[in-house]
Amino acid sequence: MTESRGVGRRRGAWVVACAVLAGCASSGTVVLLPEKDGKPAAVSVKQGDKEVVLDQPYAAAKVTPLGPRTYSSNAQEVQSQFGTTLAAQPSRPESFTLLFVEGKDEFAESKEIVDKILSEIAKRPVPDVLVIGHTDAVGTDQYNDALGLKRAEAVRTRLISMGIPAGDIRAVSRGKRELAVKTPDGVPEPRNRRVEIIVR
Amino acid sequence: MSIPRSLAGVVLALALLCPAMLTTAAEIGQVKIAKGQVTIEREGKALPASVGARLQTADVVKTGPDGSVGITMDDDSLLSAGPNSVLSLDRYVFDPTTNQGRFDASLNKGTLAVISGRIAKQSPDAMTIRTPTAVLGVRGTEFAVSAND
Repeated sequence: MTESRGVGRRRGAWVVACAVLAGCASSGTVVLLPEKDGKPAAVSVKQGDKEVVLDQPYAAAKVTPLGPRTYSSNAQEVQSQFGTTLAAQPSRPESFTLLFVEGKDEFAESKEIVDKILSEIAKRPVPDVLVIGHTDAVGTDQYNDALGLKRAEAVRTRLISMGIPAGDIRAVSRGKRELAVKTPDGVPEPRNRRVEIIVR
Repeated sequence: MSIPRSLAGVVLALALLCPAMLTTAAEIGQVKIAKGQVTIEREGKALPASVGARLQTADVVKTGPDGSVGITMDDDSLLSAGPNSVLSLDRYVFDPTTNQGRFDASLNKGTLAVISGRIAKQSPDAMTIRTPTAVLGVRGTEFAVSAND
């Protein structure tokens, strides 16, 4: 009696284990979505030592007990499966660039671009602004990181004076790591002395 | 008498320091869109995830049957979760000067759409999304994933 009850209990445990596995077996889909700017993109899907890489628009994988199984999805299927999810995506960050004026300690801020920045900020329910200072390739990283930050801080101060709350604007520096115009190290290039304003 | 007073001073100093440390260094993203029921679980407490709420590492974002949420991370990664989802922000490190970082999140339940940001752009495989059955490596990309069909 006790032995058969033991077996029964064990069998019960198996059923539970199977149910969990079955739940997992039918669970999980990954779809690579087309990039808005057409840049190359990929996502890898790994289950244990089995891995597939999705690198074409609408390439998809289902998670199965035998590993990821690839197939082709499409816009309609994505809409029915992920429509609500995609509808909740935040607005994409919008980027604006101000060039630094040679010799003067200021930026070429046209009324046009300032208006664009302010209207982009006004469009968003809870805007936050990232100001990124960039330099050209003259000098060390340490020097340019400090210089880029100084430029970003100057623009941040300007935005605060226009009424953007200080707590919503952050100034950072990329120094000479992200040149707009690629040059060898040590080459002066006015177009690289700039500040990016990202509204998100 | 002077001992309790200095102790009180230490306690006050800690009380003043701690909130400042929590609100500045720890913020990693912000809720930009919230529809229906959305909560943030932080240190065992459930907070309402209203539009504008700031997120921290280890936060778990949950949506109800009518809920969905959109999050912008510090590195411009965009995440959105559909109804009945559980999204855990397990690990987040980002240096805006070098763009080096690490972003690991888990979708324990539900659906998630991702547009990767600066972390994934700078270092392929520096961003992963885990589901209960798979690990996704993000290589500068836009995709959608469900943890259960």
